[in-house]
Amino acid sequence: MNQADPQGPSRLDPDPMPRRDFLGLASLWAAGSTLLFAAVGSLRLPKAAVLSSPSRKFKATLPENLAEGTAFVPPGRSVALFRDKQGVYAISTLCTHLGCIVKPSATGFDCPCHGSKFGPDGKVIRGPAPAALPWHKVSVDGGVCVVDEETIVPPGTKV
Amino acid sequence: MIATPPPVDKRPALQRFLSNLRGAPRALRDTALRGGKPNTDRTRSTFVFGNVFLHLHPVRTHRWSLRWATTLGLGIASLASFLLTLITGVLLMFYYKPHVEVAYDSIKDIAFVVPTGNLIRNIHRWAANVMVVTVILHMARAFYTAAYRAPREFNWLIGMGLLVVTLGLSFTGYLLPWDQLAYWAITIGANIAQSPREITDALGVTESFDPGGLQKLLLLGSDQVGEEALIRFYLLHVMILPLVLLGLLSVHFWRIRKDGGLVRPKDADARLGPVRAADYPVFTEAPRKTYQLAAVVRGTSGAVGRAPENTVPSMPHLFYAELAVTMLTIAVCVALAMWSDAPLKELANPQVPENPAKAPWYFLGLQELVAYSAFMGGVGIPAIVLLGLGLIPYLDRETEGTGEWFGGRAGKRIVLQALFVGFGAALVIEYFAIRYGWLREWFPNIAQLWITFVNPGTVLTLIYAAYSMWLVKRHDSTRAGALGLFTCFLCGFVFLTVIGTHFRGPNWDFYWSPADWPGH
Repeated sequence: MNQADPQGPSRLDPDPMPRRDFLGLASLWAAGSTLLFAAVGSLRLPKAAVLSSPSRKFKATLPENLAEGTAFVPPGRSVALFRDKQGVYAISTLCTHLGCIVKPSATGFDCPCHGSKFGPDGKVIRGPAPAALPWHKVSVDGGVCVVDEETIVPPGTKV
Repeated sequence: MIATPPPVDKRPALQRFLSNLRGAPRALRDTALRGGKPNTDRTRSTFVFGNVFLHLHPVRTHRWSLRWATTLGLGIASLASFLLTLITGVLLMFYYKPHVEVAYDSIKDIAFVVPTGNLIRNIHRWAANVMVVTVILHMARAFYTAAYRAPREFNWLIGMGLLVVTLGLSFTGYLLPWDQLAYWAITIGANIAQSPREITDALGVTESFDPGGLQKLLLLGSDQVGEEALIRFYLLHVMILPLVLLGLLSVHFWRIRKDGGLVRPKDADARLGPVRAADYPVFTEAPRKTYQLAAVVRGTSGAVGRAPENTVPSMPHLFYAELAVTMLTIAVCVALAMWSDAPLKELANPQVPENPAKAPWYFLGLQELVAYSAFMGGVGIPAIVLLGLGLIPYLDRETEGTGEWFGGRAGKRIVLQALFVGFGAALVIEYFAIRYGWLREWFPNIAQLWITFVNPGTVLTLIYAAYSMWLVKRHDSTRAGALGLFTCFLCGFVFLTVIGTHFRGPNWDFYWSPADWPGH
């Protein structure tokens, strides 16, 4: 190969790869990476960019005579609304274990699916729930409460 | 050999036409069956390799493979029940509509209006249940006869894949009726997929790294169970998983051939003894041939008086056995379908969970574990079990007792002991957890990670693992440990499934009988 080299090519030099082999390998790699890229790209499809879920902000009017510590669950929602002297607050009724709807009870909340129990402030009393029920943001506008299920506020936030 | 040309038919064309017409049905049959009637050894062979559907079978089958105690027909029973779900499933697709507004109504139509609809749906449901049972038993058979050993290690892994896909098919089929049972089972299932959050939340990294949330999102196509989830489960159930199953199944069957047929002990030939005279003639020569004299002359050359390797023609021996198992499976499924209706609860109600919300029976063992920790019960322990099962063929490189149930006397003793240990440990752990509660009840403020890693499920897994390591040491044999581990896992599965099915009631509380459940 190297004509300028006075010694000529040494037998220890690696054989240069024939052009044919190089092109063959290159096209193989090109085909392989194209297919891989296409496969990875199409795996992107099942993850929707926009979710079809309905708005998670809703308005609710609390009953006038709602007693302190008694839950009001707006129909079709998984949030329990409460009112006491400090104000109104909202606690999610979605069990943090596996997503069942917890029921407000005398001691707080009970989950029917796997027996988790939560205190009146959503704290876990009995397993298997791994975390407390989150509190949601409430804003009161006149007599109407606006609950935002997407925003989580620290427990004890009452308005 | 010089072929003699057929005699020229000198009859008038019309007569030839009529005679050809008369002979057409016979000619059709002869051309469809490539080898002709399977009545000689040669035509019996062509019957197998000349047929695209049969040629995965060997032309001749070893007599050991045909003993019913070798396989108990469990593989064929699994295949038969799968084919049954395939056929009945396609029939159900005539009427089923995968849309939340009408899915429930279409199932009701199938159950109450469509001719034979209820029976077909029942068969579909029962065949699926039978398939789960036979696949698990088939796996146990392969394990206890050490069929996973070289050269069949990889087929054991394919088989595990088939088990997972079978369970996946059952689970995805569960959502489709869109009744209460379906809705809440899927809610729980999707949240199990999300349960890695139990770990990421505890570590505080969910914001940046959330595999659980991604899994749930991919499964449901939304952040709640709705139309997107239904269409995804439908797609998985009728298209993706069946295709995956068929692909794995093809490899599974092909590997049986390539790995040397069914496993058999080294001394199988000696134990079988000579072919009885009453058995089907082992060799019947093709007519007008002289060259297989080698097979019938006396002397030591070639195989004398018996086929090579102690085999018999697959047609009829193997195929009749397979047909018998298939017919029996169908009979069992149809009988079950006529005896018990597939359940259909009230329409799905996203506001009121079922109480108790129970998955199908084969997942209730997992649900029992999930009731201690969602992540460990639903993801961690199943992954550990699958990893353990998958490693067994690569850890047990022994050869003694291959092809023999439990590997002989000593193995039987180990299995018996493991049955006691497996059931005993599960019983003690469950008794303790039900009677005294677990960490959260004793220390309300304990960090969740403690419960994730130390709960009845993980403790039980650890006991089983420790026991099998002890067996390895005690018997100085990996196989002993594997026998113990597999038997323990089977025991745990059965025990937890029974607890979850029968002894758990509303709020997942313990009840001795469903009759004791408080009324709603």
